[in-house]
Amino acid sequence: MKLRIIVSLKNGVLDPQGKAIQHALAGLGFEGVDDVRAGKIFELDVADDASDEAIDEMCRKLLANTVIENYRVEKQ
Amino acid sequence: MKTAVIVFPGSNCDRDIATALEDVTGTAPAMVWHGESELPSGIGLIALPGGFSYGDYLRCGAIAARSPVVRAVVEAAERGVPVIGICNGFQVLTETGLLPGALMRNSGLNFVCRNVALTVDNSQSIFTSGYQAGETITVPVAHHDGNYFADAATLDALEGEGRIAFRYAEDVNGSARNIAGVLNKAGNVLGMMPHPERRIEAAHGGTEGRRLFEGLLEAVA
Repeated sequence: MKLRIIVSLKNGVLDPQGKAIQHALAGLGFEGVDDVRAGKIFELDVADDASDEAIDEMCRKLLANTVIENYRVEKQ
Repeated sequence: MKTAVIVFPGSNCDRDIATALEDVTGTAPAMVWHGESELPSGIGLIALPGGFSYGDYLRCGAIAARSPVVRAVVEAAERGVPVIGICNGFQVLTETGLLPGALMRNSGLNFVCRNVALTVDNSQSIFTSGYQAGETITVPVAHHDGNYFADAATLDALEGEGRIAFRYAEDVNGSARNIAGVLNKAGNVLGMMPHPERRIEAAHGGTEGRRLFEGLLEAVA
């Protein structure tokens, strides 16, 4: 089973990288970009019988820092 | 006092902290490799050095925080053994949950490497007893991810409980409330981004860092 795990900063946490990208887009002439949030995607290939609990635990224990980040799991 | 320095692949301040500890305590620390599952017995202080553990892959300190030896460090910290994490060591301590909050990319996005002025917020801890409360000291910083973040309730609790050891006297990296170093609730764990081990002898330009280790030695002796 293929998993796609999307990790992004929580709302309200300032994203300096996103801000820099936003400014760079404006510098390239792309107007109207009100906000940019940078994140990470992990693509995992796991056993078909991997439990939701185990996947959730992987995210909480290592892939995301839940102090500042949210995660979302997509099964493909 | 017997001390231990934890060495991760990518640590690059391990020898600096080892030199500082040997200078102050008179005994060379045990250098403990990340793959060890136990610490030597009778260790009175554990230091997590600066550097780029595991290349800072995933997040700074995240992989180191799950290494075998750090499980032993967490157990020792919970038993009350003093633990200091400097720079990457601070990032490791937040990733373990021993310290609250997280360290994010500097708000200016630049690597900051220079001397900065710090204010000593609390001089009552074992780590800061060598300083006066409110005193301003100069200590070098060298980091890309030193922007301390915690939610407002956590920050209020840290302030209320006297758990902010050091603050930057100026905005260095965007840290919440200019926090440069925090203590755990029991007061035996300190994480800080600045490098006191690089300010030990006069040839370093000052000796303010030395007082942290001397004060600590006196406080725990």
